[in-house]
Amino acid sequence: MSVQIWTFIFVFITFGLYIGIAIKSRAGSTSDFYVAGGGVPPLANGMATAADWMSAASFISMAGLISFLGRDGTFYLMGWTGGYVLLALLLAPYLRKFGKFTVPDFIGDRYYSKTARLIAVFCAITISFVYVCGQMQGAGIVFSRFLEVDITTGVIIGMTIVFFYAVMGGMKGITYTQVAQYCVLIFAFMVPAIFISILMTGVPIPQIGFGSELTQDFGGGYLLDRLDGMSQELGFATYTEGQRSTQDVFFITAALMFGTAGLPHVIIRFFTVPNVRDARRSAGYALIFIAILYTTAPAVAAFAKTNLINTVSNVEYTSVPEWFTKWEATNLISFTDKNNDGRIQYLGNAEENELEVNRDIMVLANPEIAGLPNWVVALVAAGALAAALSTAAGLLLVISTAVAHDLLKRSFIPEITERQELLYARISIFIAVLIAGYVGINPPAYVAQVVAYAFGLAAASFFPAIVLGIFNKRMNKEGAIAGMLAGFLFTAGYIIYFKTLNPALDNADGWLFGISPEGIGTFGTIANMLVAYAVSKFSPEPPDSVQTIVANIRLPGEAIRQ
Amino acid sequence: MSDHNARSYWRSNIRIVLTLLSVWFFISFGCGILLVDTLDNIRFGGFKLGFWISQQGSIFVFVALIYIYIYLMDKLDSKYNFESSTSAPTSGQAPEETITEEQET
Repeated sequence: MSVQIWTFIFVFITFGLYIGIAIKSRAGSTSDFYVAGGGVPPLANGMATAADWMSAASFISMAGLISFLGRDGTFYLMGWTGGYVLLALLLAPYLRKFGKFTVPDFIGDRYYSKTARLIAVFCAITISFVYVCGQMQGAGIVFSRFLEVDITTGVIIGMTIVFFYAVMGGMKGITYTQVAQYCVLIFAFMVPAIFISILMTGVPIPQIGFGSELTQDFGGGYLLDRLDGMSQELGFATYTEGQRSTQDVFFITAALMFGTAGLPHVIIRFFTVPNVRDARRSAGYALIFIAILYTTAPAVAAFAKTNLINTVSNVEYTSVPEWFTKWEATNLISFTDKNNDGRIQYLGNAEENELEVNRDIMVLANPEIAGLPNWVVALVAAGALAAALSTAAGLLLVISTAVAHDLLKRSFIPEITERQELLYARISIFIAVLIAGYVGINPPAYVAQVVAYAFGLAAASFFPAIVLGIFNKRMNKEGAIAGMLAGFLFTAGYIIYFKTLNPALDNADGWLFGISPEGIGTFGTIANMLVAYAVSKFSPEPPDSVQTIVANIRLPGEAIRQ
Repeated sequence: MSDHNARSYWRSNIRIVLTLLSVWFFISFGCGILLVDTLDNIRFGGFKLGFWISQQGSIFVFVALIYIYIYLMDKLDSKYNFESSTSAPTSGQAPEETITEEQET
C-alpha cells in the first residue's frame, strides 16, 4: 500500500477516535467546560499536559532544529523540560489550591484589581494566539505533504475537528482527546526512532543508540564521533561543540524555562485535578511523558543528520532517492547545481553549498530517508497532526475562557447566568478557530519566529507575577501591575527593535550583553521582579482578605472552588 | 491549623523547594551550560559527558527532582496531618487541623 493510503487510514482512525471521545464527554456546566469538573485523575492529566505542551514545533521541528544547531540545540531540550521543575515546585500546587478557573482569575483576585486582571487577559490572549497560528500552519503542512490536498483544505479539516470537540466538550472533551493524542503522537515519534536506531547502531533504545557505535554498513565508529568528523570534513560546525556564546545559551535556556512555567494553557491543566497532591503527581507524570520524546529527539537529530549526509553528499543528482524528489515539490529541500558537475555538494560554506534543507524535513522525511516501511511514514503524519491539534485545542480553550470568564463574567457583565457564560465561551472558541484558521491559511512570514518569542513574553509577564503572588505576601497590586508592564514592554520592545525596526543590528555585536532576542525574556523576568519589588515597597500593603488568600494557598488541603 | 504550625510547614516547604532548585540550577545551568566544555574532557561510551548532560542527563535529573519533591512533600503533609483531601470541590476553608506534640517531633 502506498504512503498516501496508509496516511488516509491512520488519519481517519485517529480523527474518528477524537470525535468519539468528544461525543462521550460533553460539557454540561462552566466547571466542566473550564476545568473538566476538576475530576481528572493525575495520570490522565499528565498525558493530557504532555500532549497539550508538545506542539507541532516539538514534534515536527525540534529534532530538525537540533540537527542543525548541534550542541547549542540544548537550549530547547533543557529549556522546555526544566521549566516543568519550576512549574511543579513553584506554581502548580498553589494554583490548584487557589482553585479557580484561569490564570487571569488568579492575577485578578490575588492582586484585587480589575486592571491587573485585564493585563493578564491581554497577555494570555496574545501569547496563546501567537502560538495557535503556528499549530494550524503545522497541520496544514502535514496535510499538504502526506495527503496531497492543498494547504487550505488541510487547515479547514484540522479546524473542523478541533472546533467540534473543543466547542462540545470544552476542557472535558479536550482533556480526554489529548490523552488519546498523546498515545498517538508518542507512538508515532518512537516507532521510527527505534527503527532507525536499530538500523544504524543495532541498539533498540534510541537514547542508548545515540552513544553507541554505528554498524559496519554505516562505516562503524561511535555515531557522534563520525558525525563530528563528517561535519568537519564538509565545513560544518563540529556537532558536539557549541557555536553560540555561553551567556546567550544560558539566557535562552532560562527564558524558555520561565516561559514554559508561565504559559497559561499549561498552567490551567493543573486546575483540572482533584487536589493539591494530585497536582504535584500530575506534574511528575507530565514530565515523564514529555521526557520520553525529549530524550529521543536529540538521538533522532544525530541519526537524521548522519543519514542525510550519507545519502546526499556528493551523490549524482539524477540518482537521488524518491523521497528527495517528493520533498523537492514542497520546496522544503532544494538543489542548485552551482558548479555544474551534476553532483550534490552539501557543504558548510554558503558560497559552494548546493543543497538547502528545511529543518522540518528531518523528522517528517526521516523514516523515508532511512528507507522504513510505508506505514511508518504514514504514522508520522498522524502523530504530527495529533501534536498540532492537541496543542491548538488547549490554546483555544485559554482564549475562550479569557474572553467568556475573565473579560465578560468577571470584568464587564457579571450578571450573566452560567448558561449564558457557557454560550459565550463556545462562541469565543468558534471565533478564535476561524481567526486561527485564517492565519494558518495565510501565514504571515514571521509566525514561526514569533512562537519562540511567546515564551519570552510569558516569562516576562506571568511567571514573576504568579511566583511573587504566592511567595511574597507583601506583594501588592501596584507592584504586580508595574512589574508585568515593565517585563512585557521591555521584552516585546527588545524583540520588535531587533526584528523589525533595526534588523541590521540583529547580531551578537548589536545585542545587549550579547543576548539574542530569543533569550531576552530572562532579562524581562528579572526586570519584572525588581520593578515589582521596588514599587511594592513604596505602596500600601495588600488588604487582609488578600493576605488570608495567600496564607491559605500555601497550605494543602481542601481546595476552594467558587 | 494554628498559625505556628502553618508557619513551620511553610518554612519546611521553602527549604525543600530551595534545595531542589539548587540541584536544578547546578545540573542545567552549571553542568549543562557553564561547565560543559570542561566536562566534555570526560568520555563514557560514545558520549562526551558535558554534551550528554546538556542533551539527555539533565532531563533525567529534572524528572527525578519532581519525584523527590512529591515524596518529600507527601512526608511533610502527613507530618502536619494534611492527608490527601477528597475530590469533591467544596466551599469553606482549609480543614482546621491541629497537630499534637508527638506528631510534631
